[in-house]
Amino acid sequence: MPRFLSRSILLCVVLACGAAQAAPVVTEDRLANGLRILVQEDHRAPVVTSQVWYKVGSSDEPGGLTGISHVLEHMMFKGTKRLPAGKFSEIIAAHGGQENAFTSRDYTAYFQTLAKEHLDVAFRLEADRMRNLLLREEDFIKEVEVVKEERRLRTEDDPNARLYEQFQAMAYLNGGYHHPIIGWMSDLDRMTAEDLRDWYRAHYAPNNATLVVVGDVKPAEVKRLAQKHFGALKPFKLEARERRNAIEQAGERRMILRAPAKLPALLMGYRAPVLLDEVPAWEPYALEVLAGVLDGGQSARLQQRLVRDSRLAGEAAAGYGADGRLSDLFMLSAVPSEGVSVAQLEQALRQEIARLRDEPVSAEELARVKAQVIAAEVYGRDSVFYQAMRLGSYETVGLGYKRLDALVPGIEAVTAEQVQAVARKYLVDDRLTVGVLDPLPLEPGQKQPRNASMGGIQHVR
Amino acid sequence: MFVNVIRGWFILVFAVAAQAGVPIQHWETAGGARVLFVEARSLPMVDVRVSFDAGSARDGVAHGLASLTAALLDQGIKLEGGDKDAQAVAEAFENIGARFGSSVSQDAATLSLRSLSDAARLEPALDTFTAVMTRPRLAEEDFLRERERVLLGLKAAEQQPGEVARRAFYKALYGTHPYAFLPDGEPETVSALSVEDVRAFHRRHYVASGMVIVLVGDLSREQAGRIAERLSAAVPAGEALPALPAVVDVSESKIIRIPFPSTQASILAGQVGMARIDPDYFPLYVGNHVLGGSGFSSRLVEEIREKRGLAYSVYSYLMPMRQPGPFVMGMQTKLDQAGQADQLLRENLQRFVKEGPTAAEVEHAKKNIVGGFPLRLDSNKDIADWLNVMGIYRLPPDFLDRYPEQVKETTLPGIRAAWQRRIHPERFVMVIVGGPQQ
Repeated sequence: MPRFLSRSILLCVVLACGAAQAAPVVTEDRLANGLRILVQEDHRAPVVTSQVWYKVGSSDEPGGLTGISHVLEHMMFKGTKRLPAGKFSEIIAAHGGQENAFTSRDYTAYFQTLAKEHLDVAFRLEADRMRNLLLREEDFIKEVEVVKEERRLRTEDDPNARLYEQFQAMAYLNGGYHHPIIGWMSDLDRMTAEDLRDWYRAHYAPNNATLVVVGDVKPAEVKRLAQKHFGALKPFKLEARERRNAIEQAGERRMILRAPAKLPALLMGYRAPVLLDEVPAWEPYALEVLAGVLDGGQSARLQQRLVRDSRLAGEAAAGYGADGRLSDLFMLSAVPSEGVSVAQLEQALRQEIARLRDEPVSAEELARVKAQVIAAEVYGRDSVFYQAMRLGSYETVGLGYKRLDALVPGIEAVTAEQVQAVARKYLVDDRLTVGVLDPLPLEPGQKQPRNASMGGIQHVR
Repeated sequence: MFVNVIRGWFILVFAVAAQAGVPIQHWETAGGARVLFVEARSLPMVDVRVSFDAGSARDGVAHGLASLTAALLDQGIKLEGGDKDAQAVAEAFENIGARFGSSVSQDAATLSLRSLSDAARLEPALDTFTAVMTRPRLAEEDFLRERERVLLGLKAAEQQPGEVARRAFYKALYGTHPYAFLPDGEPETVSALSVEDVRAFHRRHYVASGMVIVLVGDLSREQAGRIAERLSAAVPAGEALPALPAVVDVSESKIIRIPFPSTQASILAGQVGMARIDPDYFPLYVGNHVLGGSGFSSRLVEEIREKRGLAYSVYSYLMPMRQPGPFVMGMQTKLDQAGQADQLLRENLQRFVKEGPTAAEVEHAKKNIVGGFPLRLDSNKDIADWLNVMGIYRLPPDFLDRYPEQVKETTLPGIRAAWQRRIHPERFVMVIVGGPQQ
């Protein structure tokens, strides 16, 4: 039986804002075959975005088949028993729509954004390829070459991307986040159409998917259309989705990538929990605030202290997301200024981390991070696509979209003591992985002195 | 317009044109700035864009000057009660959740502000924004630091084959015209800049003449009027600048090969295309939609990616600028396929120019562009970006309203004629980055 539930973000209560405004309401539903439906109305423009989210991503892939979720995403445009290859995109385009898909560590999702009257078309096509994909050998052979070109473009020819990929493989020695989303080239080389058919059969069915619709629509109409197109699809017996976390880290890890490049680069990642881990719920929120203290805008510590004051960094960033499916990393990344060694920069970043462990953040910093988070909630509502993304990702990783309601209150409640506590607990050397890009000359045969950082030579500006 | 073919983790929501029915109000301030305003009350936020005739085409030989000037604006301001440094400026915005940004293209410098609309936040955000725009400190130490960072960015570009190709392409195509250089400049010219250059550029270019003010969001017309007057009154009147020199198209084909230790060849090919105000704008635009501007519906993707699996990204676009911007075809493919790719790009363009699109293709492109029109103005951000373009290039106020009908009015013979008149496959600039020295 379908259930209807509603949710509202009481934005103005949180914001204490003067302007009266309607809070976004999410209507929740489920078809008899298990397809979950989330609808959020946004009547600002006569437009709708429709997204189908499957609970499968690269973190579900076994060794030897890395990248298969993403290759399957490509193959989803290669035709069904009813619709020839390429026709999907052609029909959406003819209706003035935009469409594409994306694969992450935690999910695979397909979307169309179109004028509201064409939602029916999007549903018809998505329902068709949910169960009727062809996956022909001749299409696969060409498309896997396209994916290899994608890998060359994004990774092979980008030294920073190569560094990041290898850094991750070391920070997560095993588990779902060990390998890249696009897969190792050797796995793409060995992948077959049969592997893809198996992957499709194992993961693509209504009871493993969430349909998210945001835009100028009414929930009842969306429900009716969903029933019309997806209602007849058969569910399958689902295997429980495993959380394959990497083994515990007990000691610092370091790696160097030597590759043709002009600039060195530094990555530092501390293993950190997410909301889905068995930790007090405030911890991931405190880590979010901590990331804001370091890198929440131009006034945050990394910009202030490393880029402007000491001028050790040309670029510096920190990042953490509480909403991953598996335990994640609290990341720092930086590029040294001209004449500064990577070692010197690493030292400075470690000092910033030590300071977070040793001293509580100031009340002003805390207030600023919170003000930015609250404003970002409003700004985010300017994009129907972004709103649908958040609903879909929370739902698909297993947090449930209702957990989004807890985000702003969760951040609001974080104290300086809690920020210090998570710094002491998680931002410690035993949980740290360090990766360094050591540039080789771009011109073959030309000698370039090994980066000074590696030998520990210190430059002082 | 640039439509990259991306089917991966990346999401591309392209904003190209606008929807009929967005009620644009426009006027001039007492100081002569052009104002474009859309009242959008659904969300308690405001977007501000202010643009000046201060793009990199005004650099002269000091390539990178416009860009460095814009980057320095928020690095400190002069106030009567004492200066604020970069930290204090950043805090003034971020304490109240406001976001400041600046960007520089060849044709304009644009400062942007996004703020919540309640007066307790919007008013101080506008105060800081106005000070950044009109009273930047432009101190020597900030200048030296930001110049170093620009030079670091230019070095980073040297390790990206796509960037190497792009820079070489513009130089080969535009020769001695200011468009030959990307806004961030060249290492030699940036190194030669002084803080005095920046101060002089700011004085001359951040003026009411040519100023465009865009306001979108939770404001009444009266509030918008007051804000626009305040922004406009804060800058000096200034003088209109001379027109940019005319662009001279290349007279013969050039092929530039740049060795690079990459697994792929990055290929860019093209010539001078169209201006923002151009009699052939719509036939060229609709034609390009068919050729390589509409992702999976385009010929280039069909021929090179779908049929042959040669590339992940293959596209063409026309960048409309004050003077004619480039027409570009681009792709990347593994090194040993570069010859085949080069051949296919040429053949497809030659056939397209000679024969034109088919009637079915034109029909399909029109349906896509016109049908997709509402998507292109479905957020305050998109609306503000479009108003900014309309202001900078002095497009008619009904430009967005008339856009769909102008697309519909294009015809197959008209498109073919425009392409034959304007695009000449026999004199093309091609840049290929990748592979060993030959």
